Amino acid sequence: MSIIIKRSLLLLLVLPCITLTAQGEQQMAKVKGGVYVPLYGNDITAVRVDDFYLDLYPVTNSDYLAFVKEHAEWKKSLVKGLFADGNYLRNWVSDTDLGEKVVPDAPVTNVSWFAAKSYCECQGKRLPTMDEWEFAAMADETAADARKKKDYNKYILGWYEAPRTYKNPVGSTFKNYWGIYDLHGLVWEWTSDFNSVLLSGESRKGNDEDANLFCGAAAVGATDLMNYAAFMRYAFRASIKANYNVQNLGFRCAVDGNKKSNTYKVALDATK
Amino acid sequence: MKIMKTVTLVLLIMFAACKDKPEREDRKQANTITPTEKISDMSIYNLPSVWTDRNGKKVELKELKGNVLVMVMFYTSCKIACPRLVADMRNIEKQVAQEDRGKVKFILISIDPETDTPERLKAFAKENLMDSDQWVFLRGSEEDTREFAAVLAVSYKRISPMDFSHSNIISVFNRGGELAYQQEGLGVNNKNTVDRILELVDTD
Repeated sequence: MSIIIKRSLLLLLVLPCITLTAQGEQQMAKVKGGVYVPLYGNDITAVRVDDFYLDLYPVTNSDYLAFVKEHAEWKKSLVKGLFADGNYLRNWVSDTDLGEKVVPDAPVTNVSWFAAKSYCECQGKRLPTMDEWEFAAMADETAADARKKKDYNKYILGWYEAPRTYKNPVGSTFKNYWGIYDLHGLVWEWTSDFNSVLLSGESRKGNDEDANLFCGAAAVGATDLMNYAAFMRYAFRASIKANYNVQNLGFRCAVDGNKKSNTYKVALDATK
Repeated sequence: MKIMKTVTLVLLIMFAACKDKPEREDRKQANTITPTEKISDMSIYNLPSVWTDRNGKKVELKELKGNVLVMVMFYTSCKIACPRLVADMRNIEKQVAQEDRGKVKFILISIDPETDTPERLKAFAKENLMDSDQWVFLRGSEEDTREFAAVLAVSYKRISPMDFSHSNIISVFNRGGELAYQQEGLGVNNKNTVDRILELVDTD
């Protein structure tokens, strides 16, 4: 089969997302998997994370605008309440107008989990799992796991207190060990299994989680600062629902490392 | 060279899209709703997911439309909370009068679709005397299961190869598929839940 025929066939198959792919294609960095011990959640033991690719930046307002233009069901006037509550894209002036106050290059926020999931799927990607996100976010500029460093934890906690960082453009924080930007410093991010956090003592394990919660929250010290920062993220995840749209909550997409490693190496080279 | 790269890119993207394709088609079908059977924005019948029941039959949620739904997420190998959750479901079912039972479906969705094959669900239904038609056991893909849990605000996580920790929530949906009531916790008094179900059965 000639390349041209092959290509047009392919185009037919990917028609629903084809223009988007051209616009929204984003560079990804490969994160080499490994074993890590999550700071919170129900895992007291080490968790294995496989290789994966993660977008270099959070999805921006202009990326998301392009998506909405292609997929009318995600326009703020048309979106279904089951998938996004009334705060969806609340800072946008209209369906396709960001307005003056929304920075095009800043991360898109006020997007629901359903919306984020759909955006990623449309690019042949997916949301990262919570373990993947946490694994990539352990890194500072120089180390894959910087969680025990005082400066790293100070930076994160300092950011948690800083107002309106969601208005800053993507890429304005540090580039981490993996080459990924803005995991800390701009917005919090959706993960595919955000609803796997059980912190309220509702689970089978009874009040263990509450005990953990209070231990972590009451502790002070270097590793406790790190626990506290992570605890904030897990507690936040446990407190939100999939159709919520939050001012400082955005997302980025991921791809399996083993299945499509060649794919995204090519994508990465091609865009370089 | 650049063209080659683009071609490879398109090719590779296509593989990704290919995998999603059947799902997308389902999604399209699910969205084609004639005006007469219009569903609200908050209805779970907006979800495009396709499930498998204990007889191996494919089920779309919207096929359940018109029934009051009582739903719980569980898994068959669960030894601690689920037997009590299942007992709660049976207890609720018992309190729905015989003549109303035709209008109510009791739905158990597995959070462990890997283990809970249709055969296994069927055996579980038999063992637990939940073998009649108003009991519906469903399993779906990991992703659709995660999505459905998100809709119900149910959290769950695999904590060992055999075990999950999960929220104990029984959810009641009206005939249009809108969430009407949730009962949280184990062995709680079912009275409010039953009252709500009966109320919804009487509402057209």
